[in-house]
Amino acid sequence: MDRNLQRQVANMRKSLFDQGYLDEQFIQLEDLRDDANPNFVEEIVTLFYTDSAKLIRNIENALENNPSDFERLDDYMQQFKGRSSSIGAKKVKTECSQFREYCKAGNAEGCIRTFQQLKQELATLRRKLETYFEMARQANT
Amino acid sequence: MKKSGSSTTIVKKFSALVVDDDLVIQRIHKMYLNRFGFETQVVGNGKEAVDLYRSGAFFHLVLMDMEMPVMDGPKATRELRGMGVNSMIVGVTSQDGDSEKQAFMGAGLDDCYMKPLTADTITSLLQQLNMKYR
Repeated sequence: MDRNLQRQVANMRKSLFDQGYLDEQFIQLEDLRDDANPNFVEEIVTLFYTDSAKLIRNIENALENNPSDFERLDDYMQQFKGRSSSIGAKKVKTECSQFREYCKAGNAEGCIRTFQQLKQELATLRRKLETYFEMARQANT
Repeated sequence: MKKSGSSTTIVKKFSALVVDDDLVIQRIHKMYLNRFGFETQVVGNGKEAVDLYRSGAFFHLVLMDMEMPVMDGPKATRELRGMGVNSMIVGVTSQDGDSEKQAFMGAGLDDCYMKPLTADTITSLLQQLNMKYR
């Protein structure tokens, strides 16, 4: 095992928490790994992104076709917030909460702006986690 | 949480049913339950849960999501209680409003938690099951 690489992996993991990308729920997922499911966390994260694509499209369509249907938008975002919570996606959750605040305020422009920010946070987290998982795989071979 | 065993003594093998349309939650909750020694089955909506019980299945613990297509958690819970099902039915929800949770509890739940559940929550449920079925 490459000790330098292991150190880099540990540092990268720490930075994901220190920079607010992940919260305690991610650690709960890590605790569920075992010999039979060594890639459990990566599998859950992959499933999250695959399964969330449809919900993201629903929100996009709703914002485009009926941006004042705040009840529907809030309902979608509540679902997405719950889903993001399940993988410990802290910054994504924050954007979800902000979106819901704009829904309560009836602020369509705020919803649209926040949704763009949310998608950016999703993409950033995905990139960082893919890099982290790849480094972790290399460190363990 | 110890990977090689739990600090909670398992008196018997309990069965659990995860009722949730969210694939990520299904996977996480099944993993937790299996880790704590449950035999776990998963369905994607309340109707599938009710149909299982109607076909003669029984589960010591049911983790019931609130919002699902076809049949939601409150309706499925009412149906199960109406059938005389006395399994421990625990609601799991992403709803953070008290009124929604209270309405869900009113359908016949034993308890209700925010999702996803944690190891501590599963430990507590296991202890309650040990008491119920001793």
